[in-house]
Amino acid sequence: MSDMDMEDDGSGIVKKFMFLNRKAPHGTVYALEGLEVVLITAAFDQDVSLVFTDDGVYQLMKGIDTKGIEVKDFSKTYRALEGYDIEKLYVDRTSMEARGLTEDDLIVDVTVMSDDEMKNLMAEQDVVISF
Amino acid sequence: MQFGILVNEGPYNHQASDSAYLFARTAIEKGHKVPRIFFYHDGVNNSTRMAEPPQDDRNVTARWSKLAEEHGIDLVVCVAAALRRGIKDELLAPGFRISGLGQLVEMGIQYDRLVTFGD
Amino acid sequence: MLHIVNKSATERSSLESCLRLATKGSAVLLIEDAVYAATKGGAAAAKIQAAQADLKIYALGPDLAARGMAGRVLDGVNVVDYGGFVDLVAEHSNCQSWL
Repeated sequence: MSDMDMEDDGSGIVKKFMFLNRKAPHGTVYALEGLEVVLITAAFDQDVSLVFTDDGVYQLMKGIDTKGIEVKDFSKTYRALEGYDIEKLYVDRTSMEARGLTEDDLIVDVTVMSDDEMKNLMAEQDVVISF
Repeated sequence: MQFGILVNEGPYNHQASDSAYLFARTAIEKGHKVPRIFFYHDGVNNSTRMAEPPQDDRNVTARWSKLAEEHGIDLVVCVAAALRRGIKDELLAPGFRISGLGQLVEMGIQYDRLVTFGD
Repeated sequence: MLHIVNKSATERSSLESCLRLATKGSAVLLIEDAVYAATKGGAAAAKIQAAQADLKIYALGPDLAARGMAGRVLDGVNVVDYGGFVDLVAEHSNCQSWL
């Protein structure tokens, strides 16, 4: 990733980017291709927050095994995010609980947020991209 | 004000590219700047000059090309998403170019607003 | 913040999530299939009416008209054209599309 580490738009501006993952993996391509944008944004040294809400919470399930559907298992990438300096991972508590899940079911350490915390986090962003 | 626009769906199947086009055209008419539009996911399918819609339908790709020519808009198609879907340089309609996701991130950094249209 | 919703509220959860997570005083613009939520007698009408206490609700006129819904808009919902859509994006410091 040495090329990506050197990305720079030349402006020196650091903005708050939030990526809102609302979709389950595999049924559609959004989660996989969305993750590509997250990695590139971090390579531009921007302030990245990754939020999982609604069915997006399912992206973080432990025990994902995609061999039988013959597609790439990109859930491992979530565990590598720290290496890209992406450390702000948030899960919407309401969405998680509505799916019968707890933090123990998730593949990475996340900060679980209440509705009010999520509202405030979203409102303070410069750029919000939903996948 | 400078607007960046992200288009995440292909033409015809979904209204997203129609909405994005009307938004871009109106923003320009109102005196705003739309320096670049980025096409991602199936949105890359907006860029192919091989599309031939029926005569009585709008030509989504030709419409993008015309808007870009008239107003100097940079129409950028994501390389990874394009290659996955068989979109290559030789298929591109006028005004489109293939480049990396960094072009999308730059829009977020440099422009006043980034507006996403998708499914 | 401007929230943009484009999905039918009877098909997807985007409107519900948007209304749950939008801060007081935010604007919500309904476009494409989301405009059905802003019409009288629909399943989402009560949710929109309840949300109007804290949020400003807008609907895109051309999308309402294209769906035969222009005459059925709920009281208090502001109908805007594409020019109004552009103005809403410009007036708010950030925007979010609930895809």
